[in-house]
Order: sequence, then structure tokens, then C-alpha cells
Amino acid sequence: MTSPETLLSRRLSHLQLLEAESIHILREAAAEFDRPVMLYSIGKDSSVMLRLALKAFAPKGASLGAQVGRALPFPLMHINTTWKFREMISFRDQTVRELGLDFIEHINRDGVKANINPFDQGSNEYTGIMKTVALKQGLDQHGFDCAFGGARRDEERSRAKERVYSFRDRHHQWDPKNQRPELWSLYNGRIRKGESVRVFPLSNWTELDVWLYVLVEQIPVVPLYFAAERPVVMRDGAWIMVDDERMRLEPGEEPVMKRVRFRTLGCYPLSGAIESDATTVEDIIQEMLLTKVSERQGRLIDHDQDGSMELKKREGYF
Amino acid sequence: MTSEMDLARADIGAYLARYQAKELLRFVAVGSVDDGKSTLIGRLLHDTGMVYEDQLAAVKRATQMEGEEIDFSLFTDGLRAEREQGITIDVAYRYFTTDARKFIIADTPGHVQYTRNMVTGASTADVALILIDARLGVLQQTRRHAYIASLLGIPHFTVCVNKMDLVGYDAAVFARIRAELETFTAGLGFRSVSFVPISALKGSNVVAKSEHTPWYDGPTVLELLETLPVGQTYRLEHFRLPVQFVIRPNLDYRGFAGQIASGVVKPGDEVMVLPSGKRSRVRSVDTFDGPLEEAFAPQSVCVRLEDEIDCSRGDMLVHPGDLPLVERRFDAHVVWMSERPLDPDKTYLLKHSTQSVRAQVDHVRWRKDLETLDEVPAATLELNDIGRLALSTHRALFFDPYRDDRHTGAFVLIDSLTNDTVAAGMIIGPADGSTDQALDEAMKELRAGSGLTPKTQVSPRERFERMGQRGAVVWLVGRPGSGRWSLAYALERRLFDLGRTATVVDPSGEDLRSMLSAAKAGADAGLVTVCAFPTYRRADRKALREKVGSERLVVVYVNTDPELCRERRPDADVDAFEPPEHPDVVVALDQVRLDEAAETILDVLGQRRQFVRER
Repeated sequence: MTSPETLLSRRLSHLQLLEAESIHILREAAAEFDRPVMLYSIGKDSSVMLRLALKAFAPKGASLGAQVGRALPFPLMHINTTWKFREMISFRDQTVRELGLDFIEHINRDGVKANINPFDQGSNEYTGIMKTVALKQGLDQHGFDCAFGGARRDEERSRAKERVYSFRDRHHQWDPKNQRPELWSLYNGRIRKGESVRVFPLSNWTELDVWLYVLVEQIPVVPLYFAAERPVVMRDGAWIMVDDERMRLEPGEEPVMKRVRFRTLGCYPLSGAIESDATTVEDIIQEMLLTKVSERQGRLIDHDQDGSMELKKREGYF
Repeated sequence: MTSEMDLARADIGAYLARYQAKELLRFVAVGSVDDGKSTLIGRLLHDTGMVYEDQLAAVKRATQMEGEEIDFSLFTDGLRAEREQGITIDVAYRYFTTDARKFIIADTPGHVQYTRNMVTGASTADVALILIDARLGVLQQTRRHAYIASLLGIPHFTVCVNKMDLVGYDAAVFARIRAELETFTAGLGFRSVSFVPISALKGSNVVAKSEHTPWYDGPTVLELLETLPVGQTYRLEHFRLPVQFVIRPNLDYRGFAGQIASGVVKPGDEVMVLPSGKRSRVRSVDTFDGPLEEAFAPQSVCVRLEDEIDCSRGDMLVHPGDLPLVERRFDAHVVWMSERPLDPDKTYLLKHSTQSVRAQVDHVRWRKDLETLDEVPAATLELNDIGRLALSTHRALFFDPYRDDRHTGAFVLIDSLTNDTVAAGMIIGPADGSTDQALDEAMKELRAGSGLTPKTQVSPRERFERMGQRGAVVWLVGRPGSGRWSLAYALERRLFDLGRTATVVDPSGEDLRSMLSAAKAGADAGLVTVCAFPTYRRADRKALREKVGSERLVVVYVNTDPELCRERRPDADVDAFEPPEHPDVVVALDQVRLDEAAETILDVLGQRRQFVRER
């Protein structure tokens, strides 16, 4: 991310500045915590965060040596609800393999046993068990005291006041009234045993910044972001993809082939697709600039009640 | 936004090339609800096309004002608790882009009880944007905001004189406010001060020029934000690289990773590692994208050196001819951010660049009265107070004065018990006021021992929190035979039964001096120390007061009838006793029982807040 203009003027563009700050955050947390982990959700934000981490810890010179060390000083963990798109899982496995990363998959086995699914439970209850509880289980099981997440402050109103270092108590809960002041780039990573901190290196990035970085850095992303013919049904005003045979169709619902893509990725029965012809990153950016709807619109879990993301966060959701 | 949208539609490649090169400007927006700050920000976001239709719909739903005028402030008021209270209580960060630039807004409340929030938002800002209600003019709050902005080293100060619509867009109102505030800001060291007459509600002079202010030919708020210089908070002189992380993927590679705080570095440069003072040359400046011919602040890089020298996190790479100040004692402006006041007797953790050291407060030099902006004497700092402290650190810090460099001159204080960030600090300079330091002086400082005077790291406040009581001395004064010792032991028993920690300093043939030392030691340890050693003369009691300190001494005059005393102690010279002039408690043991007398003393201790009685 250096260009001749930059070197001549000794001025960083906004994207270079964001990159430098994110690398600083990643290094700072990796140095100060005992057991950090990167929460990898397979989406575009995770892909950008992963690239920033590679930049923070593996200068190219490093791979020239005789022994190639680990690419990152911490593992990646994916909280798998078991309802992710199949293409997400194959993309994930390929990424982990190609980059030689330490990888942990955590599934809430009790939830699976109890047959918790996005159809029988409301999206609130389902997300609570298969994501929030699963995340706490995964963090506790491995004793992680720091978890990197790809959340951005521009995503939702309640995130605008989130710190870069978001302190969580023993029960992984977030208290919006009791956050540590964060000044300059001096982060306070002091915690007691059992407490933890969620660290958000992309806090100051916007959705457009993320896509632009994907473009400039040629970062691979899940193909679901690009338009293609996919089998979908219309549900609650959104196109839902019939990704596998577990999809329950309502009476009268018949999958149709539509040229669609996803702005955000999650569990397929809860992710709304948009009709689109965008097949390149440039197309996506163009479409995004000209659209009038925010990306979270496609995420069904946010719409249950006003301020619902804030409630989820208090409970320990990312 | 429109012309760029056309470009995005027509030629996305050209648009992206342009977007990529955009600079970033950070500004802090300060004001309270009444000033219309949320409305101004909502207006900026809306008028620059940053509000999506679903967000607009959500805001309309929230106001239940569908079809009517939009409440712009609702685009920004985020947290549920705040929406319920209708106020902004924390720092919120917002983002928008125009054809010219990208912006990060730190949105902070303006009232004095939220000074810490403003300071937080101001710490990274290039521009301070403050609001004044045109009807109210320059308030004390305005001067406070200007002072804080200058304290935090924000180069550009922009004043929005809002609600001009409510004063009929009167040029005279604007001119008066401008003249008054310009006088005040002249001495504050801003690189630029600008004034804009606006109406956030009506959108006048926010994004578009207003037809109501033909007398104003200056820029709109957005035009200002798009043209004020950026990036002035990073210096390109004086190379400083605080080492964050040592990257060592294999035996052949050892790189020192960090974000350059100031200056420029190139392969071949001679560098010095602080604190070791060892020198080497830069072998390469590496990044994931390959080695660089030079790197500058604020790039994040990884530096390899020619020699295998010791260097780890917390160290700093600099050019040997261009050292920062190296000190263990310095003065700093400090903003107190915790509900728990500064405890000058306590040791705090100080985080500066990438190192954390123990620090203690040697002296509170003054506190700023935020109403009058006068410097007033103070013993401590409380929430939202701004003051000047003299500090000592366990190890030397490598720093530049904050006014020269915001990145190497800033620190935070952390309470090592609660782990909370309790204060923000801006280093003024060495405690002795010098700013020139020869290399050998710096080296001497680096090799010197701790800057901390060895002293207890447990402060009286911490003892109070642990023991539920403050250390105190209860000294019983009275004639021989007045029953002082009986009362002393009755009091000790009663305190013990109440769950307190108390002791009687037993006389056993000691002299007054050693008794005073023993009583003081007990009180220092947090005990309620009771003593009845004879102090018949006023001079003895003066010595007592000086030794122990008035604030934790309770003098009890056991004024038992002198006749009774003579009967009990026929051997003693009862008349030689000089009654105390200002006893804290008077009890007469010929009139009240021992337990009643003890209770009276307990009441006084309780009133003095030596402990909470109902524990």
C-alpha cells in the first residue's frame, strides 16, 4: 500500500493511514495480551482484517529464511453455527490451508444436539444460542483473553461509541456506561484473570474503505459477494438462498433462479440477497455508491427491535 | 457528493483512483444538546448523502414524525440509554466523505461534567468545531472549550455561531461574538481560528451558502473542513520509532516493528536504541509489500538493524544526533477521568508510547478552575479536573514536550488496582524546566536508578477501603486518677466488638517521645490507636499534635472531678495538670459510665469519617 506519490509528498492517503493504524492496533494487542485469538467470520471484513494481520507480523523478508515460522502469533477461530453457506466453509478451509494458519472451529454442540435452528427458533433465540453462547464457550474453552473482531463503527448506531479495545467482564458482558477512556493511540489492555477484551482493528474503516482495500490489495473474498444465478425464495421482503436441502420451504414457496449477490454473509436462512449484476469488486463498489440502502438491511437479526444490536452486545454478541 | 456520483456512474475506475488518494481529516465536534450539535452533524451527514433510505426511515419511525420535518439529531444519538435520556453522554465516532476528503467526526458532549469526553475526542483531532448559540453569545463554556482544544494541541479552531435564524441573521450579533472570542483565543496558540454564521436546523452555511447572510463572504462549515490543512500533527523531523513487537520468524530474521511516531528513516541511517544507548545502522525498512527506500510518520513498518543488539518492546529507535528528552521527573498537564479522585500517595501505572512504568505524583502544582480558567491551589484532582502535576517514574521516559509532538508527549495513567484508565497526560517538560539535554546527561538519566523515592505503595485511601477505617490517634488527657487508662481499654474493647481494628499503646515505662512514635506508627498502619500516656503540660500536647497531625488526632479531656482524683491518687500532684484548651471531646467519669464515655468518643470518630459506623 505504498505508492510513488506517497513517498514524494510524505503524506499518507486515508486508506494508507487506516492501514497503518490498524497494524498498530494488531501489534499492540498481540504484544500485551497472553492469549489473543482472531475471530474469523469469513466475510469481507474478516478477509481485510486477516490481511492486515499478515502485514503486521510477516514482512515479506520473513519468508525468505530457511525456516518459515508461523504467519501469525495467534490462531484464528470460527464460530460455526452449522448454517453457514457452503461456499463460505470451502473458502474458509482454502484460506487456512493456503496461508498455513492455526485454526480452531467452534460449534455449540449442545445447541446442535437440541436441534436449534433458524426455522423453529426466532432469529434472536437462535443467534443467542448458536453465536453468542457458542462464542463464549469457544473463548472460555481456550482461555483467550483478547479476541480480534472485524466490526466497524459505521455499521450501526450503537457501534459508534464502541472503543477499539472493548472491555468485557468475566461473563463476557459489555457495559456501555463503563467503558475505558481511549485517547491518542494509547490502549489500556490491563485485565484481571477471567476478563477479556474485544479488539476492533477496523473501527475507523467504512464499508467503502473495506471494499476499496479488497480491490487495491487484491484480497480474495467469498464468491457469494458477486452476482450469479442462485436458487432463492422471497421471504419477508428479501431473497433467501436455498443453499442446501435443510432449507424449509413454506407452503406455496418455490425456489426460482435469480441473479443475486450478498452484501453481508452469515447464516444462509437469515441472509437477504439483492438482485444485482455486479461481478467484479469495481461493480460492487459502484452499486454500493449508487444504492440507497445500508448493508445491515440484509441482516435480518438487526430488525427484531430498535436498538437490538446494542442489547445483543451487552449479552456478549460481537 | 453529486459530481462524484456522476463519475462513479460513468467511470468507476477513475472514481476509485480519485477516492483512493483522498486525505483524512479528523475533527472533534463539541457542544451540548441545546447548542444544536447533533442537528449540525445530522445535517452534515444528510446533506453530503451519507444517510441511507432505511436509516432515514428508522429515524422517522423513532420520531413518529413521518411526513414532517426530519429531526436530524436522531441520525447520531446512538445508545438506547441516551435516546431515553435524550442526551449524548459519550464520544461517538462518525464517518463521511465528500468530493474532497474523508472525515472522522469525534462527537462529544459540551457540558463541564463531560470534560473527559471532550478531551478524549480532542486527542486525535486536527480541527475543533465548537458551537455557540447566537442568542446566548460567548459563554463560559465556550472559553472552556477553546482552552481544552488548545491544551490538547488541536491546530485549527472553528466556531459555528448557530441558530442565526433565531436572531434574524443579524450581522451585528455575529460580529460581536466573533470580536469577543477572538480576543480570548489570541493567546491560545491555534494556527487558525475561523467563525461561520450558521443555522444547523435550516442548513444555512453548513453545506450550502445561505441567502440570508449576504454580509458573510467566508466559507461554509463544509468548505472549511475540506480546505483546512491535515496531517499537521505528525512531524517529519526527529525520527522516533517506539518498538511494539519484535518479529522473529526464524533465526536469520529479527525485525523491530512499530508505527513511526515522528520523522523519517532510511536504510543506512545510524540509529540508537533507547534506553541501552547501543548504536547500529538500519539494514532495511520492511513491510509486507516489500522493503522501502524510506519510511515516515505515521507508517507502520518493521526495521532490521546491521548488528545483533538488544532491543525489545518499550524501547525506542532514534537518530543519535537527535535524541528526545530522557527524564524520570517531569511536569505534565493532566485531565482526571475517573470517579475516584487522584490519590497523591498512590503509585499509578503510566503508559507512554509502548512502555508502561510505575509513576507517582510528587506535587499537585495547580488545578484549573473551569469556570474562571484561573489556576488555583489544589491537593488532588477530581473527575473532569485539569491540573498540572509534577511526576516521577520508576524508569526514564523518552519523550518530547506535548506541544512539539502529540505522539511522543502523551500518556495515560492507569489505576493498578482497578485497571481503569484514570487520567490523560500531556508532558510539559523536565521538572527543572530545562529543555536542552546533552547526550551524556541523557545517558546518565537512562542508567540511573528508579526515579521513585522508596515509599509505601499502599495509600491511606487504599487502607481505608480494605479496613473500613482510617488510622487515628485517640489521646486521653486528664489528671492523675481521672480514669484515663480504664476508659482507653473500654474504648479498645468497644471498637473491637464493632469489627474495628484498634489498639492501646501500653505505657510500660517508656518516655513521651517513644509513645508518640508508637501512636503515629499505629495510625499510619490504619489502626485506631488509643493512648493515655500522661501529657499534663500544654507543651506535651503541642508535640503530640505536631507528631500525629490534627486531622487524625482526637484529644479526649477526661475531666473527672479533681477532688475524686486526689482521693484516688493521693501520691500525685493533681494541681500540676494544665487543662487542654481545645479538646475534641470532654467526658467526666464521675458523671457518666465508662461505656457511655466510650460511646461519646465513637460518635466523634464517626463524625470525623474515621469509619462508617453501620458496618
